[in-house]
Amino acid sequence: MEDKIKVAGGTGLSAQDISSGKIFLTEDSLDCTYAWDTGVAVNRYLEELKKGKIIATRCRKCKRIMLPPRLFCELCFIPCPDWQYVQDSGIVNTYSICYVHWDASRIGKDEKPHLPAVIEIDGAAPGMGIMHILGEVEPQEIKIGMRVKAVWKPEAERSGSITDIKYFKPC
Amino acid sequence: MRKVAIVGAGMTKFVRRALETPKELSYEAAKITLDSCGLTLEDVECIAHGTAPDAFDGLHQNGEYMVDGCGGWNKPTMRVYVGGGTGIHAVVHGWHHVASGLFDTCLVVCEEKMSSALPHAQAFFLTIFDSITERPLEPNLLWIFALEMNRYMERYGYTKEDMALVAVKNKLNGLKHPASQFTEEVTVEDVVNSEMMAYPVSRLDVSPVSDGAAALLLVSERVARRLTDKPVWIEGVGWSLDTAYWATRDLYYPRYTDTAARMAYEMAGIREPDKEIHIAEPYDPFGYKALHHMEGLQLSPRGKTVQLLHDGHFDIDGNLPMCPSGGLLGVGNPIAAAGTMKVCELFWQLRGEADGRQVPGNPRLGVAQSWGDLMQVSSVVVTGI
Amino acid sequence: MDKKVAIVGIGYSGFGSTTPDLSYREMIFEAATKCYQDAGGIHPQSIDSFVASSEDFMEGISIADEYVPDQLGAVLKPVHSITGDSLQGLASAMMQIKTGQQSIVAASAFSKVSNLSNHDGLVTYATDPFYIRPFNENPYFIAGLEMNRYLHETGTTREQCAKVVTKNRSNALNNPSALYGARIELEDVTEAPVLSYPLGIYDMSGHLDGSIVVLLASEERARELTDKPIWIKGIGWATDTPNLDSRIDGMGSAVYARLAAQKAYRMAGINNPFNEIDFAEIDDTFSYKELQHLEALNLCGPGEAGKLLELGCFAPDGDFPVNVSGGSLGGGYLHEANGLQRLMETVLQLRGEAGKRQLHDVETGLAFAWRGIPTATGAAVILSTRP
Repeated sequence: MEDKIKVAGGTGLSAQDISSGKIFLTEDSLDCTYAWDTGVAVNRYLEELKKGKIIATRCRKCKRIMLPPRLFCELCFIPCPDWQYVQDSGIVNTYSICYVHWDASRIGKDEKPHLPAVIEIDGAAPGMGIMHILGEVEPQEIKIGMRVKAVWKPEAERSGSITDIKYFKPC
Repeated sequence: MRKVAIVGAGMTKFVRRALETPKELSYEAAKITLDSCGLTLEDVECIAHGTAPDAFDGLHQNGEYMVDGCGGWNKPTMRVYVGGGTGIHAVVHGWHHVASGLFDTCLVVCEEKMSSALPHAQAFFLTIFDSITERPLEPNLLWIFALEMNRYMERYGYTKEDMALVAVKNKLNGLKHPASQFTEEVTVEDVVNSEMMAYPVSRLDVSPVSDGAAALLLVSERVARRLTDKPVWIEGVGWSLDTAYWATRDLYYPRYTDTAARMAYEMAGIREPDKEIHIAEPYDPFGYKALHHMEGLQLSPRGKTVQLLHDGHFDIDGNLPMCPSGGLLGVGNPIAAAGTMKVCELFWQLRGEADGRQVPGNPRLGVAQSWGDLMQVSSVVVTGI
Repeated sequence: MDKKVAIVGIGYSGFGSTTPDLSYREMIFEAATKCYQDAGGIHPQSIDSFVASSEDFMEGISIADEYVPDQLGAVLKPVHSITGDSLQGLASAMMQIKTGQQSIVAASAFSKVSNLSNHDGLVTYATDPFYIRPFNENPYFIAGLEMNRYLHETGTTREQCAKVVTKNRSNALNNPSALYGARIELEDVTEAPVLSYPLGIYDMSGHLDGSIVVLLASEERARELTDKPIWIKGIGWATDTPNLDSRIDGMGSAVYARLAAQKAYRMAGINNPFNEIDFAEIDDTFSYKELQHLEALNLCGPGEAGKLLELGCFAPDGDFPVNVSGGSLGGGYLHEANGLQRLMETVLQLRGEAGKRQLHDVETGLAFAWRGIPTATGAAVILSTRP
């Protein structure tokens, strides 16, 4: 048969090929930083976080109370000028126990694993969650459906960031 | 609708770290694809290419940089980009070129070189998260998959052992693939006991970091009839992108796959996909994802997929072989190239050229699907002979 | 086969050197809302598919496609991104309609270049990591090389390039959305500080933030959505080699523009573009590019563009008006949205909605965009009031 599976190239290198200098490398990194405009909705969100509150927007048409807040409802496609505070508590929709840092390096022996979770916030529309991390809890005790509450940084340390909430703890 | 056929396919070996540059990998895959159907670059009217994050390569406008490796010098070239979904979406994109009537031949080339990124390709996925509301939490890429896998398992009572079986089966299939980067079988125990990365994701639940490229040649019906008596037709295409607010949807069901699959099936005139389709190549960067996607593709009832897996329903000699190529878990995962590899697999399987992996019984209809962005996009291609 | 495709809606927002009041999502929402309103108030739920044009590093996001759907109203819809100029994105949208699978498709692009700390450094990051980057030069040296070669090959003069700047910035004064309108003299341009000889700082267009969304439809749907459809008669795009040292012809002449235009003209059935097209909006990222592109687009012979410019041929009241909007030199450069900006101006002229800069009796226009240094990719579109 003339047409068989066609595979060509893809020459594997070993770590030794590189460490021994057999292969030349050129290193470079991007020298560019970004200062994103937060806009109307997220700016207010951050402003309220700095005050220790979580704010959402409400769509007048579908009635969803949306978190993170947005200037417009992406489904009804209309502006959403109505702001509404929601609670700083919620339930764990799902979670993980993560043993690697963001850059894929392993956590140290004395470090605790990261505990990311999706938390459905009380007062927001059903299923409206945000990603955050859990704290003051043993990893094996975390359950889907568990109730949690925000633990805030002291007011003086808040900067208008999602990290103004240190973590969510069981309540 | 204008008929479009696949008449050639080719790929590089998938390796952890390739000697070749991205341009060279693209060239190897493109050249062997042209050779496979006896054509030269002069016969190619346009290039539809794909590669995932520029950050891997440390190149702004990476699509421009790699284009001569894809054969794009002095030709219309257009790179399409839907993150991890790119590999199959590039085939949809190529289909647009030919089915529109603008072109008769289109070379689809997808390439990924992940090994250049230091310290690790995963680090570059920090920048996929929302720059203001999520990145300050320093998320690792694995977080979202672990969160989704946990939700999926919780919903149906699936266990880690159930999920591990996918990696075991796919890696076994992959051992017979000439481009695979693996050489060893694994067991369920190996997977479950491998290093815990982000519960419930263990290291062997995850496809590897890879370098590689894959390509296909798409042509109009007129050209296809001239070139081969075994064209593989693109019967249906579909794609769908869900909201970027990923934490606001329930992760247990991939509704974007559902929507994309229905679009492709409608075009292909498929009413009962689980009965009509002979081969499935769902996207499997993680074991659970293959099952998750089989449900979204309407190829397995929700919550019953693990049972079917245990029953051998998805084995090569089962009723609906799943990932006969070995998939990303069994061949390797150079992101964009891995998706294209799945359509290459359908091409070879439907032509009866898949050697030791050949699905028995003269399969006539196959579906391939990829997934990407922030766990929110699916691209689906249905092919038939 | 051969379905006709029309532009049925267009909207824009932003268009400032900075746009701190809105996030990119909010800015695009504004443009999309205007676009959909322009197309008879269509709800995005009735749009079949969406295409965005973007580059990750311009946004500081890996896989920028993730953040496309919400602000276009495209949740759970077919959406994809083209990492190319937005006229390539437009081509993708048009091809989708021509397949028959889609009837209405939106194309969008935006620039938030003001959020970037080091745009020049980013352009360097697009050059070859082995052959070019180690020189550690400001990337605009590439434009200097091209300009010098173009002047050498064609006999075009430095002053003729400067005349492009005075023309376009003066044109921009009649365009309320153009940021860099000014009345300046030739000497202001020729005596400005040199960035990379012969390219001076006035030969370069300034940055612009902004967002554009356009809506395309099949003939049948176009008639329902608008009473002033603008038809896409031809489209073409092409890429020369990415290797600077292999651009044998491409340093002096814009090979990508010649190839893109050939395809677009063939599709539109145009044999003599100068006579059959009434006006053009052509990439003028750098002054010399307008002239080089005019020649590559076969609107005049090699070396003729500068002379025709001096004769007033390309002025708003000339035989063949070019960049009446002010172009990028007068309006500001929108990066990936550059092509849609050229397209928008062409559409406004053809609809007769170009206000003080409106041309009379125009039926067919050409929009052409280039992706900027160091690329050699361009796209051309022929638009007409007649199907």
